[in-house]
Amino acid sequence: MKNKLLPIFITFIFIIIFIFFYSGLKNTNIYTPEIKINNKIPSFKGDLIYSDETINSSNIFKSDKFYLLNIWSSWCVPCRKEHALLMKLKEIKKIEVIGINYKDKKINAENFLTELGNPYEKIIFDQEGVISIEWGAYGVPESFLIKDEIIIKRYIGPLDKKLIEEMKLIIK
Amino acid sequence: MLYSSIGYYALILGLGISLILVYFSIKNFKNSSTLNTKILSFTFLQFFLVVISFICLIISFVLSDFSNETVFNNSHTTKPLFYKIAGTWGNHEGSLLLWLLVLTLFIFIFFLKTKNQPLKYKLLTLIFQQIIIIGFSLFLIKTSNPFNFIFPTPEEGMGLNPILQDPALAIHPPILYLGYVGSSIIFSSALAATYLNIVSKVWASHIKKWIIASWVFLTLGILLGSIWAYYELGWGGFWFWDPVENVSLMPWLALTTLLHCIMILEKKQVLTSWVIILSISTFTLSMCGTFLVRSGILNSVHTFANDPERGLFILVFLFSLIFISLFIFFFFNKSSPNNSNSIFWLSKETSIMINNWFMMYFLSVVLIGTIYPIFLEVLSSQKISVGPPFYYKLIIPFLIPFLIAMAIGPKLKWIKSNIEDKVYLISFLIISIVLSFLIIKKFNSNLLINTILVSSALYLFFITLRDFFIKKYTNVSQNIAHFGFSLLILSILLNSLFSSEIITNLKVGETFTSSNAKIIFKSINQKEKKNYKSVTANFSIENLDGTIEDLSPELRIYNQPNIVTSEADIKTTFLSDKFIVINIVQNQDYFNVRYQVKPFMLWIWLSVILISFGGLISFFKKEYEK
Repeated sequence: MKNKLLPIFITFIFIIIFIFFYSGLKNTNIYTPEIKINNKIPSFKGDLIYSDETINSSNIFKSDKFYLLNIWSSWCVPCRKEHALLMKLKEIKKIEVIGINYKDKKINAENFLTELGNPYEKIIFDQEGVISIEWGAYGVPESFLIKDEIIIKRYIGPLDKKLIEEMKLIIK
Repeated sequence: MLYSSIGYYALILGLGISLILVYFSIKNFKNSSTLNTKILSFTFLQFFLVVISFICLIISFVLSDFSNETVFNNSHTTKPLFYKIAGTWGNHEGSLLLWLLVLTLFIFIFFLKTKNQPLKYKLLTLIFQQIIIIGFSLFLIKTSNPFNFIFPTPEEGMGLNPILQDPALAIHPPILYLGYVGSSIIFSSALAATYLNIVSKVWASHIKKWIIASWVFLTLGILLGSIWAYYELGWGGFWFWDPVENVSLMPWLALTTLLHCIMILEKKQVLTSWVIILSISTFTLSMCGTFLVRSGILNSVHTFANDPERGLFILVFLFSLIFISLFIFFFFNKSSPNNSNSIFWLSKETSIMINNWFMMYFLSVVLIGTIYPIFLEVLSSQKISVGPPFYYKLIIPFLIPFLIAMAIGPKLKWIKSNIEDKVYLISFLIISIVLSFLIIKKFNSNLLINTILVSSALYLFFITLRDFFIKKYTNVSQNIAHFGFSLLILSILLNSLFSSEIITNLKVGETFTSSNAKIIFKSINQKEKKNYKSVTANFSIENLDGTIEDLSPELRIYNQPNIVTSEADIKTTFLSDKFIVINIVQNQDYFNVRYQVKPFMLWIWLSVILISFGGLISFFKKEYEK
């Protein structure tokens, strides 16, 4: 009896595998995150630097303030230049700067912030770069201006004084 | 035009001959005791026709005949001649034609070389092989015809994907295919032998040559692909656990296990089911790999085109083969009596069984890691990617006992034995542990696990090295292959433990200083080449010890198609590789620079060559001694 069941069982398993492969064929596998201005932010989960918490995106952007999400890395040279501007933004009450630390080493990131100051309210540690992909980021640095969980503006590349002035106008 | 037509009709005739061959074989199988001589002639004729078809495709590529769709999609007049020819199999259609070519070649060689085997066995193997050939011919003609016409004839072709324009990649597919298709012969002959119930010592020693040959080709094929990925893809690694790499690793694991099992079967009438199942799975895993990468179900550098129709065809074909083999296995495999209990616990058989189970474990890890994302997506439309951490966590702990078993196993004798030279075995173990403790302690923080890992690899290294020099154990091929394996694991471990990397963005003239090196971006040169523009960056690296090295990575901006590739500059020395690669950052005046120091890279390649060399010796050795 045992000998009869085994072939049936194995055949059954292979039929299931076949069905899975068959349905898998119909799915496309090219994944492009849909990031558009005036759309809702993508949801994600990440670990924070400076504490061992894991945080959900819905808990980050919930107050009625403006948020600037800044993707940065200690190895990125333009981030260094941009950093002083972010420090100035920190002084404005109506906006919070949130950092995503992209493909970095924790020690390097922390050294970078000790040297240049920490403008970020929270920093999400994105070692694998997956969260940044969800945001459709082209590279570092890149920033998103967010209000009520809606992306208002996207800044590819480093911010400069002009862009910051523009941002201040929007906030007012 | 002309060559496309000749090639196409040769292909169709080849398919026709398959049908004739099946007919003659069945007829001959039923009522004759001598081989019908027509069968051999037709087998040759079929091979000859596929050769013609293949040559026609090559000629179309060389002449840049853009009325042929495959040539149009994958070639360009400015491409160097070498890559025009290599481009023949650098695309989906051409590579399948190459696959078919090797299939017909191998069955022809099989017929020539197989003497002293029952006629029915030869005929049945031929029938199974022809079923595979028919499947591939239909697939080729129906969904991937390499000889499609385009009218009106375009002036210029689309060009070959530049990352494929590389010498290592020109020979990687043919070598790998020799391995894959070799496994088809093993598959057909295992089914035939099961059907006729002749899975025996005699059969084992006959099929062993095929197993070894396929194994050597598969190993070398994987090596070439890995070397190419190392310097061309610009990630600075040699194995990424990418699905495509995994699908070549899976047949390799199955084939390696089979290689060990067949040696037992050759000595004793045991493990027949293992041998049959492994023969079947090696080939079906190769086919499964073809399905996964060609259907577009997984994304990779090997996905030439996403065409669900192709995927469906291979899927149906693959599962037909699986069900046929399951049917034959369950209904015709009669396990011979008194075979399983006769193994004494301390013997070579046990050690090979241990090897088998470890290999099966590694195989399942890779298999699950590769196909789980597909299953998950079907069930929950969630996208995940299984990365290196998964494989490291599941494989590394089991590597330790595996390596130790590998060191001791070959010392055991057939049937029943005692371990000799206990003193040596133990003293080598102590030396390995102390040595690796000292190495790891000096450089690394994660002490315990790394020490155990490195010491088990060192242990195998010492034991095989000693065996080699005292020549006490006559099986040289096994010794070399195992020694190569220990060297491979050792190099990989030391490489991953001591690699260092600097990633930064730099403009020309800037300098980046880190704790262990200073990178100076000196200048940049531009040159026009035949089918691309070359941008070479000149770097000078100042190491801590004061030595200065000049490295010049290159960016190639191809015009047809418009793609930028990064050519890493690698300084290889005996002990380590210095690897630098640059990338363009969109709309910025700086480059992304990656500088890596990778110890023992050269040894990874050399050890794989050693492993295959072990197989090669075994292939040419007349008799398996001892």
